[in-house]
Amino acid sequence: MATTEKPTTEAAEALPRDYTLRLRRFDPESGEAPYWEEFVVHLEPHRSVLEGILQAKGDTDGSIGIRCSCRAAICGSCGTRINGRPGLACNTHLESALERSKDGTITVEPMGNMPVIKDLIVDMDAVHWKKQRRVTPWLLPQEPMPEKEHVVPREAMVDVTQAMACIQCGACVSDCLSMEVDPLFIGPAALAKAYRFVGDPRDAKHEERLEDLANDPHGIYDCTHCFKCIEACPKGVAPMNQIMRLRRIASQDHDIVDKNDGSRHEHAIVDHVRKWGTLNEAQLIPDSKGGKLHPKTAQELMGSLPVVATALLRRKVTPRTALIHHKTPNQDQIRRIYDEVGAREERVELNLYVTQADEEETPAESPRTQDQQLGETGSPRPQASTADAIPETES
Amino acid sequence: MPAHDVLIIGAGLAGQRAALAAAESGATVAILSKVHPVRSHSVAAAGGINAAMNPQDDWRSHAFDTVKGSDYLGDQDAIEIMTSEAPDEIIHLEHIGVTFHRDDTGHLDLRAFGGASMKRTAYVADITGQAILHVLYEQLMKHSATVDRYEEWFNTSLLRDDSGRCVGCVARDIRTGEMRTFVAKTVILATGGVGQAFKPTTNGLICTGDGMSLAYRAGARLMDMEMIQYHPTTLVANGFLITEGARGEGAHLLNADGERFMQTDAPNKMELASRDVVSRAGQKEINAGRGIGPHKDGVFLDVTVVPRNRILESLREIVNLGRDFAGIDITREPIPVRPGQHYTMGGVKTDVNGETDVPGLYAAGEVACVSVHGGNRLGANSLLDTLIFGRRAGQHAAAVAGEMRMPEVSEAQLRDDERRIRRIVDRPRTGRRISAIKDELGTTLNQYCAVFRDEEGMTKAHDIVLRLQEEARSAYIDDKGTVFNQDVLGALELGFMLDCAEAITLSALERKESRGAHSRTDFPDRDDENWLFHLTVQQDGEGAEAPGEVGRAPITFTQWQPMERTY
Repeated sequence: MATTEKPTTEAAEALPRDYTLRLRRFDPESGEAPYWEEFVVHLEPHRSVLEGILQAKGDTDGSIGIRCSCRAAICGSCGTRINGRPGLACNTHLESALERSKDGTITVEPMGNMPVIKDLIVDMDAVHWKKQRRVTPWLLPQEPMPEKEHVVPREAMVDVTQAMACIQCGACVSDCLSMEVDPLFIGPAALAKAYRFVGDPRDAKHEERLEDLANDPHGIYDCTHCFKCIEACPKGVAPMNQIMRLRRIASQDHDIVDKNDGSRHEHAIVDHVRKWGTLNEAQLIPDSKGGKLHPKTAQELMGSLPVVATALLRRKVTPRTALIHHKTPNQDQIRRIYDEVGAREERVELNLYVTQADEEETPAESPRTQDQQLGETGSPRPQASTADAIPETES
Repeated sequence: MPAHDVLIIGAGLAGQRAALAAAESGATVAILSKVHPVRSHSVAAAGGINAAMNPQDDWRSHAFDTVKGSDYLGDQDAIEIMTSEAPDEIIHLEHIGVTFHRDDTGHLDLRAFGGASMKRTAYVADITGQAILHVLYEQLMKHSATVDRYEEWFNTSLLRDDSGRCVGCVARDIRTGEMRTFVAKTVILATGGVGQAFKPTTNGLICTGDGMSLAYRAGARLMDMEMIQYHPTTLVANGFLITEGARGEGAHLLNADGERFMQTDAPNKMELASRDVVSRAGQKEINAGRGIGPHKDGVFLDVTVVPRNRILESLREIVNLGRDFAGIDITREPIPVRPGQHYTMGGVKTDVNGETDVPGLYAAGEVACVSVHGGNRLGANSLLDTLIFGRRAGQHAAAVAGEMRMPEVSEAQLRDDERRIRRIVDRPRTGRRISAIKDELGTTLNQYCAVFRDEEGMTKAHDIVLRLQEEARSAYIDDKGTVFNQDVLGALELGFMLDCAEAITLSALERKESRGAHSRTDFPDRDDENWLFHLTVQQDGEGAEAPGEVGRAPITFTQWQPMERTY
């Protein structure tokens, strides 16, 4: 999480001071290009960048455009880029933003991958919401409906809560590298939304949803695994993890082999590492396309010839290393990881709400019963060291 | 000009529920909101939603708890409807996709909440409002063929025909500045409360009382406006809400001496007494010098007594709030909290179908006063209120519209509104800034119309509100543009808030007793003999400057007569 530096208790008591905000301004009615404008605001260090912007707006220039409402990181309105990183202006502290700035001013810009309407306001409809609608974002329940509530495992509902926690702020969309290259990529937020239904036992169309998202060339296999969305998300939704779960469920539980060969490619990589410890480049294309004799393999190999030729010329590969692949020396240990993970009866999924943060490490802080607690109460519990930050996301 | 059977203004839970219900009844529907629907303030509701789902529970028990919570000011017919229809509404929400937490048998889990005689609060971690709001929006996307959405449109006035019937509204497309007339057979207000008239408040910046003011200016009565809820646990640092769910899960309130001070005022329910009771207890500790922190202006909410894994699973949002906004790990340290403005029990007076005094105009949710909350709302009853009365208003409005022809309206109001906005944009830079007036309003109400009140303070507040109304007429703005001119909308919102503030101070001065959230140090007791009725405020005459006039309305009693209220 980019924006959740833990302020010290002293900071909360600290006096107001000056902060310089450097805002990206754009007035679509002026005919002028976007420009930077600086505002000096006077606030306590633990106040948010949003409060800074609102002070500038209230006291100096009411024309500064920014969407905002709740101020508490739940409505998802104030997604922006602060010092180049996406997040919510309302849960980024002025002091921590200042620490990250390069030149002593806090820069705030509109989010990326979406057209700017005015100042810090982007067109979410044109990108974010359009992509949401792409994933059929509503429950397609079993018929007939039960008379009372669906009876489903407790864990299943807790599990989808992580995807449900998405506040649609667009921070992950802003910095999605795949979307930068392929604007049609369905993207992290919408695919996390898709997981919310695929992971929901009440939804009757898991397989259809997964078929659809796997076979779309801009679907689940279009993600390059860059982790940007996980870093960007202010709510711990970890969109990329949800995309990887969609892939695992598609290929392992539903045997979906997509026409883009995304699933084969992924399996090929897994097999290679098991066999050799590293990727065998010469073998990767045939394995990803359905074998050496598959017509798609020939086609793909022909298409790759210029790349191969360049690689040979630049000595990135030699004919020998390309054709005879070496095993890594400690291949046994790699195999052992595979065997151990493969022997587990259930797939272990990393989910904030299910696996929770790491468990208590120090016995002194181990959970106590309420009775024990009550007995001791009389004074508030001694404050724990502030160094024990709460772990945020699994990665 | 767009024409619909049912036009809904506001797209939080009440508005979206009304839209879906009206569409299901066969009406053509438009839903118009000044923010994208998922930004609506319903998103911030944390703890859960009440319904007597447990086989050992009974809706009558829920109804009685609500009546008692309201300090006998709530209308009991409306409360019976809300509580008896609650279980089916929860099942409906579950069927359309809300991911309510389950117990170990896979059935809905229920948590404890304030003022409730048993566990009856269904929840999704501590993001229940968000989870329901987003699911309703999924349904709006699903039903986009029958519900037209106007997202980021700002309502500037309600239209009335010669007979006084409400026949639509004028609104401004925030993205382009274009003004349009929306004609409709029926109009439902679902614009939420007016928390922004207080500073600090747990409410979002959008909660500016738009619908209350628009209905008031159209001739409707506002009711119970003196009843302002102060939530017992808001962050000392900035006024943000810490969910009652924390106390539902077992958290304690402690003063500077480490005492669970609720023992004095509510020995049976302790931290889970009604919110007005807990807020008064907390404020008393602070006033008596037993507050915590360098300014002794708060008390401790100790969540560390809740098992850590339960906190991480079901109170994740306040873990984040503590970390991001107060710099503390709530699983290990107590949270400095204090009472803070949270909810307006009052609003546009409606019947149990959402109909207001103005024919064709409905209201549902926090903007409305049915009145199911009376003097004090129970935690987790607000989501229920929005959904039950949103649905009922949507159904009733659709049925009425089915019998009607589309009204004919002129563009006269639109041209008036355009001129009004032009005049604001053109104001010379000689008056005060909008933000300065809003700030003074907020600190004034929070000082004089808070947990404890008296004649002197409220008179001061009332005089300040009247002065601010005058100053607001010449307050200037900076933005002269049309695209996302939030500045001019801020000026209109300030006008809305000042209308509501006047109604609040008028009613609060009038009620010379202590009931529910209205706690007067100069009249410390409840006085059923003289004050067992609602107070209403209606505009005396036409025009935006006409003053308010206080009236009375009877309370509906069905099966519960007033008793002493102890927890």
